[in-house]
Amino acid sequence: MKVRALTAKNAGLIACESCHKLIDKGHSKTNEPICPRCNASVSQRKKDSLNRTWALLVSALVLYIPANLFPIMTLISFGKESKETILSGIHQLFVSGQWVIAIVVLFASVFVPIFKIIALSFLVISIHVGMSWQPVLRTRLYRFVEWIGRWSMIDIFMISVLIALVKLKELATVEAGPGAMAFAAVVILTMFASKAFDPRLIWDRLEGEDNGQ
Amino acid sequence: MTGSGPLEAGNSSNMKVRLACPECDLLHENQKIKTGHSSYCRRCGAILFRGQKDSLDRTLAYACTGLVFFLLANISPILVFKMRGNLSANQLVDGALAFLSSGYWPLGILVLFASVIAPLMVLCFLVSILLPLKYHRLPIFPEWQIRTLLALRPWAMAEIFVIGIMVAFVKLRDFADVGIGGSLVGIICMVSAMVLAFLSLDHRELWKRLEELKK
Ligand SMILES: [Zn+2]
Ligand SMILES: [Zn+2]
Repeated sequence: MKVRALTAKNAGLIACESCHKLIDKGHSKTNEPICPRCNASVSQRKKDSLNRTWALLVSALVLYIPANLFPIMTLISFGKESKETILSGIHQLFVSGQWVIAIVVLFASVFVPIFKIIALSFLVISIHVGMSWQPVLRTRLYRFVEWIGRWSMIDIFMISVLIALVKLKELATVEAGPGAMAFAAVVILTMFASKAFDPRLIWDRLEGEDNGQ
Repeated sequence: MTGSGPLEAGNSSNMKVRLACPECDLLHENQKIKTGHSSYCRRCGAILFRGQKDSLDRTLAYACTGLVFFLLANISPILVFKMRGNLSANQLVDGALAFLSSGYWPLGILVLFASVIAPLMVLCFLVSILLPLKYHRLPIFPEWQIRTLLALRPWAMAEIFVIGIMVAFVKLRDFADVGIGGSLVGIICMVSAMVLAFLSLDHRELWKRLEELKK
């Protein structure tokens, strides 16, 4: 016989996601209970977590292609245009010897989005197949993904600074490119994907439950 | 829905359970912890809460400081760009406006929200929640304010904006003269104050004070 851990779910309680208050499940009979402390609507687990995470991840993966193919910005100086993609921008930083900044941007713009998509896909699959391997490590992986995701916005902010700053008519101007739009969408979609994922499902599976809601 | 088998420890009614781990759902007793220490989930290691001395007062002080620096960050340029005797400079909201006017309006809205509106709202909400509490009054719509504050937090990206400014600075320095404006200092101070405000905020204390006032 399996020993069940004393979780809120097993004790018939729901933890409010917003204020962490424990709510007695029998207390309210409505489908959508409301937290008595902060008025947020509460549910035992995030609703439709795995499907929503999948949908957001697939959209992010699709948009990752134009984000890297199209230029994120164009520098026009003395009538000469030079288009820059995410990768060519990083390359240029390396070439000019700014390798600290180059590594920061390489991590934020290339590694982090790919890492997030792979890590979240792995987590979702691990729940689909009922994996019991290293739940602590997988929870830690999720925590890291959730923490690091926002930092991919560095490039978008960098472009916003350049287009506002470099506007000396014929001498030099910077314009944003379509790649920036796709890249921002990738960042936002992966942020929503990690928000949609419910790490408590990792632990539910250890007890042999199969409803992923 | 739940499987069979005995629960790991006692049952929930005779154990003073107050908190479920947000990441693995394990129930924890609301033990007293020393100030300055954090409490972690014993199963998955997630932070349950941080014990803080004078948490709410300190958060309020940091939030007010942050608001002052936010205003200072708006009066002078962030960076100054020089080329052949010509000058141009940018201010906090200019990046968002440039996106908006160049046809990339979704990026304009995103940048405006993440670098200006959300940080400002987060600081304002902190003050409008904590200032009345300090004088033992109920804030207006406290539940709504706190929920909005927590939902906004990941989208207030002022700290990432600062790194973005630095990358832009380094990129341009290769190519022309770039100077640092006074606002950059203001933004960095605002970001530090905002991060410290959140680090010192003890949510349990916040709800405890609110519930005491409601009685
Ligand atoms: Zn609540
Ligand atoms: Zn836990």
